[in-house]
Amino acid sequence: MNDMSQDSYVTEDGRTIGPTVMEMKNITLRFGGVKAITDISFDIREGEIRAIIGPNGAGKSSMLNVISGFYVPQEGEVWYKGKKRPPMKPYEVAQQGIARTFQNIALFEGMSVLDNVMTGRLRQMQSGLFAQAIWKGKAEREEVANREQVEKIIDFLEIQAIRKTPVGRLPYGLKKRVELARALAAEPSILLLDEPMAGMNVEEKEDMSRFILDMNDEFGTTIALIEHDMGVVMDLSDRVVVMDYGKKIGDGTPSEVRNNQAVIDAYLGVAHD
Amino acid sequence: MPESLLYGTEVVLNGLMAGVLYALVALGFVLIYKASGIFNYAQGVMALFAALTLVGIMEGQIPFAHLINAMFGTELHHFGWHVPAFLAILLTMVVMVFLAWAVQKFVFRHLVNQEPIILFMATIGLAYFLEGFGDLMWGSDIKTLNVGLPQGGSFWIEENTQWLGFGNENFYGFFLDRLDIIATFIAAILVVVLVLFSQYTKQGRAMRAVADDHQAALSVGISLNFIWVMVWSVAGFVALVAGIMWGAKSGVQFSLSLIALKALPVLMLGGFTSIPGAIVGGLIIGVGEKLFEFSVGPYIGGATENWFAYVLALIFLVFRPQGLFGEKIIERV
Repeated sequence: MNDMSQDSYVTEDGRTIGPTVMEMKNITLRFGGVKAITDISFDIREGEIRAIIGPNGAGKSSMLNVISGFYVPQEGEVWYKGKKRPPMKPYEVAQQGIARTFQNIALFEGMSVLDNVMTGRLRQMQSGLFAQAIWKGKAEREEVANREQVEKIIDFLEIQAIRKTPVGRLPYGLKKRVELARALAAEPSILLLDEPMAGMNVEEKEDMSRFILDMNDEFGTTIALIEHDMGVVMDLSDRVVVMDYGKKIGDGTPSEVRNNQAVIDAYLGVAHD
Repeated sequence: MPESLLYGTEVVLNGLMAGVLYALVALGFVLIYKASGIFNYAQGVMALFAALTLVGIMEGQIPFAHLINAMFGTELHHFGWHVPAFLAILLTMVVMVFLAWAVQKFVFRHLVNQEPIILFMATIGLAYFLEGFGDLMWGSDIKTLNVGLPQGGSFWIEENTQWLGFGNENFYGFFLDRLDIIATFIAAILVVVLVLFSQYTKQGRAMRAVADDHQAALSVGISLNFIWVMVWSVAGFVALVAGIMWGAKSGVQFSLSLIALKALPVLMLGGFTSIPGAIVGGLIIGVGEKLFEFSVGPYIGGATENWFAYVLALIFLVFRPQGLFGEKIIERV
């Protein structure tokens, strides 16, 4: 039975959140005898910023890898756009419109920023090799349209100045931004961000938060992100899933989660008296 | 012009032509190395195999004729038809694409994430397998390959360069083999096409992406398997072109696979990851060994062409290990 919610609702601060686009049902992931994720269910709705938080080793990254197809869970189902998703290769998941970034940045270091972002558009390029070779008609229109979109994203993320620079030469903060641009270029149905602010200073974190919010606002991108910086997450997200030791211990709006005793215990520790 | 300068120029020109053929083989190496990090020892054998298959198809040879005859006591050798060169080249290309698919399916798919040295060993195995397989399929005799390319010296060039001697009676104009000239043009076209393909098409961009980072390539929706089959097919195509050129020049024989070894110093010079590098490296080796043989050879007993390329490569390894065009190896700490 598909019990995905079809209704939209409006949040307290006036944001419209769409129907469910992805639902994880009773996901369990094991590595040998170690359970990384135990029986977790949650959903992602269209247009929202959904965060998955938890202390180190809680299984957040594993969860993201399940969504993006890098791991296949032993138990549970992934429902995407109203259909149960069969086990898939990561590239097939990407072709379905789920883009992601990586915690330790996976960019094409030898290629320019522009080329990196263009690879994000591969999904949108339909014309055959021969058509591209003679560069006429559909292939030409397609390339022009793709370039236009890519330039828009480059402008949006304020990386115009480094368009032609090989990515290998960029500093960490900018690399993160290029990776974000590549993921955004795919016009994803869901954008997965794996610790987008890891290793950044306060200023870079503020920039990144602004980009995430603007992205959501301007392109209506649905975003699921992992972060262990509680403060940032609470400011950004519409709803939060909290994980600890591979289990879900909380799920709700930031204020609900903040007042959840299990979450407080997980983050601050419990007094054993 | 003084006589020695004229001869020197002719040597350089012929060296350039020979270099083009080295470059063609090296090109195949670079393509596979760039896209999959595999150093494909079998590239030379692939050129041999392509040439064997081309001759076999053109002459209407029955594949595995010896094997069939030995097993069933028959006397089969030929189908009795001849296939036109153009069609035969297309059919050979189909065989090379199939080979690429088989190599990916039966060998490298099972070796994903293995050490480079293991992949290298696998290609050595592939080289020996392919050599034996080609032998079994088409027989081991030396074959002539005639796809209709012009051969012999170009009289036009000889006649039109004679004036450079300025009345010198011993100078009859430059001697250039027409086949070499055509090989040069074909190599140039091939390089332009490959560069355009890798820079401006979707598949080319995907290929460069895979070469750079597998994980990132997966995350933007690129199928590694598809790209690898494609790259091996392209390398097969380059091998076919190299096989045709070498085969037309010196007959299709099993020593053809040894030219692959000459591609090694070419790559050390040019850099393992650069398409222009393979070309320039090939030209330098070609010209270098011919000039060295011409100028120094007579004083040290000749036959320098056998080792000159390797010594040059060795010197490069000491002073510029990444080659002329290779990416500089910088490790950030």
